[in-house]
Amino acid sequence: MSRKNLSVALLAITLSLFAVGCKKKAPAATPPPPPPPAAVAAPVVKPAPAIRSFTVEPTSITAGQSATLTWAVEDADSVSIAGIGTVQSSGSRSVTPATTTTYRLTATGAGGTTERSVTLSVSAPPPPPRVETPRAVTKSLTEMVSSLLEDVFFDYDKSDMRDDGRTVLNKDAEALKQIFASHPSGIVTIEGHCDERGSAEYNLGLGDRRSTSVKDYLVNLGVPADKLKVISYGNEKPACSETSEGCYQKNRRAHFSAN
Amino acid sequence: MNRRSALLTCLAPALYGQDIISRITGGQQPTIAIPDFRGSGEGQAWMQVFNLTLFDEINGAGLFKMSPKSFYPLQVPQQPNDWKAPVGGRSQGPWLTDWSGATVKANYLAMGYTAIQNGQLVLFGWLYDVTQPDLTNAQMFGKVYFGPIDENGAKKIAREFAADILAKFGAKSLLGSKIYFVSNRSGAKEIWSMDYDGSNQKAVTRYGSICTTPALSHDNAKLAFTSFLQGNPGITIMTAESSRRLTFVNPVSSIVASPDFTPDGKSILLSTKIGGGFANIFSANADGSNLNRVTTARAVETEPKVNPKNSSEVVFVSGRSGPAQVYRMNMSGSDIERLTDGTGQAANPAWNPNGKIIAFSWTRGFEPGNFNIFMMDVAKRELTQLTHGAGRNLNPVWGPDGLHIAFCSTRSGSPQIWTMLADGTQVRPLTTVGRNEMPVWTH
Repeated sequence: MSRKNLSVALLAITLSLFAVGCKKKAPAATPPPPPPPAAVAAPVVKPAPAIRSFTVEPTSITAGQSATLTWAVEDADSVSIAGIGTVQSSGSRSVTPATTTTYRLTATGAGGTTERSVTLSVSAPPPPPRVETPRAVTKSLTEMVSSLLEDVFFDYDKSDMRDDGRTVLNKDAEALKQIFASHPSGIVTIEGHCDERGSAEYNLGLGDRRSTSVKDYLVNLGVPADKLKVISYGNEKPACSETSEGCYQKNRRAHFSAN
Repeated sequence: MNRRSALLTCLAPALYGQDIISRITGGQQPTIAIPDFRGSGEGQAWMQVFNLTLFDEINGAGLFKMSPKSFYPLQVPQQPNDWKAPVGGRSQGPWLTDWSGATVKANYLAMGYTAIQNGQLVLFGWLYDVTQPDLTNAQMFGKVYFGPIDENGAKKIAREFAADILAKFGAKSLLGSKIYFVSNRSGAKEIWSMDYDGSNQKAVTRYGSICTTPALSHDNAKLAFTSFLQGNPGITIMTAESSRRLTFVNPVSSIVASPDFTPDGKSILLSTKIGGGFANIFSANADGSNLNRVTTARAVETEPKVNPKNSSEVVFVSGRSGPAQVYRMNMSGSDIERLTDGTGQAANPAWNPNGKIIAFSWTRGFEPGNFNIFMMDVAKRELTQLTHGAGRNLNPVWGPDGLHIAFCSTRSGSPQIWTMLADGTQVRPLTTVGRNEMPVWTH
């Protein structure tokens, strides 16, 4: 081990002695002079690019409309408009921005760079006209009952049908068939009502009689009996509350409701 | 107070109807004299209230003819010592014959005075039978009453004295009785209750539906009515005090209405229709079971009312002869007779507790819808008209005394509950809020 260390040390000393001897034998060379300056060219001064015009017409639009950018540039090597890209030195371009936009034209030439901006303001469009949502092809039972079935009116203290009542019920019977065709599981209630002049107790029975005779008439015209329900409200739910025959007549009625 | 006194002033002379009361009570009405009592010292301040209340209570009971005060003798006794028997036919002072004689013609005299004693308003009151020959026989009772020194105290001692006087004549008091009725004041027609004088009004039902045609069992324990709780009109029965629903199975029908209890409470009569046709009268057990047809008519029949003294007799309303009329029949449905003459429309029969007289409403003599209150002795067919066109008057029912009638009238502009004596006098409103109808008085 110690012998090896000794030999490494000797090698190092030898090498270092050799190195010192070399430096002394080869001194450093003189560097060359700098080259002469280049001849200066004749001073040709190029002007900066000139933007003769950069406009937008019109300056404000409603979203969805178009406007036209028009520009003319001189002394430019390249012309570009931000958002559009490189363009020719003069020209026009139709734009349709959705929001207010500032267009920046940049003209670059030997003489430098020139910029100009125009702003096109865009207003939000008015709300569109309300669009009726398309109706379901079949109306609801309630709608059909209220729009297709007419009330039947009665004489004072009577529950038998008048001629005008029969005419109405003939139409109501057809309408009911149409309603049940659209709504096979639907039930229609026939409400019996009375004017206020009889006693409330008697009117409950009379209203029941009115709704029942309407049901019987409709069943005779082929309306299925199990689709018709009757209820009497007597004079508890008047359609009209004045004390006049006109009003009493409005209350002496059979009225249809969906159920 | 002023309105009340004005009412008394205008009604007091209306004695024509007193025969009607005799007809109901079945006896002659005695005449009573009640001179104005006076108060010693500060007691006098409350004597106007006292005298009005005493007169009102005695007059309101309907048992007496009230002797007109203008005929009274100038010398009014205030205590027993004031009586001076005539000597040798010569007057020595106030005497019984001053009151029983030709001018006053009273049978009885209530007299006395008040005084302030130990911080109380004290009444010394006596009742005399002035037809008796001597004071020993004449004095029926003398009693002392105490109340606070204010208006309520004056009313209290007057009412207690009046109650003692009336008790001597077997009067049934309305005190403690209640009236059930239909009101829409909460927005929906509900059953309400109140005391007989209109105080203490409160809701019995809160269904938000339509509740109508209430009826009470004769023990006042059960309340039945027609409601739309199940869609179609049906009968609901509940306890009257606690509004607890009781079982009642409605028949399958588009209409079940107008319940009435039999006196024993075991059955109810009602108006329904089974298998088409018209609503007719049926009977059923109190739970709705055992439904039986009573009448058969091609006409609306409703409002069955069982005679409280004879449960085999029923009055009801039927359109079998045309416009609605009042009929009677046996509970079996036999022996049907029309009680009204076929004119106008009749409705709402209600039995007097005596089982002899009904009150009902009728448009006879008026336009359709313009009902008035009538009463009829069912056996004798004697008819009396009690209201005469002041509004629509419907739903008469008898108080437990058999002398007062509660009814619905539109005379004030809207349907309200009123009471009156059965001679048509002493008409008083009990309700003012909302529309109120169909009273039922506890038995």
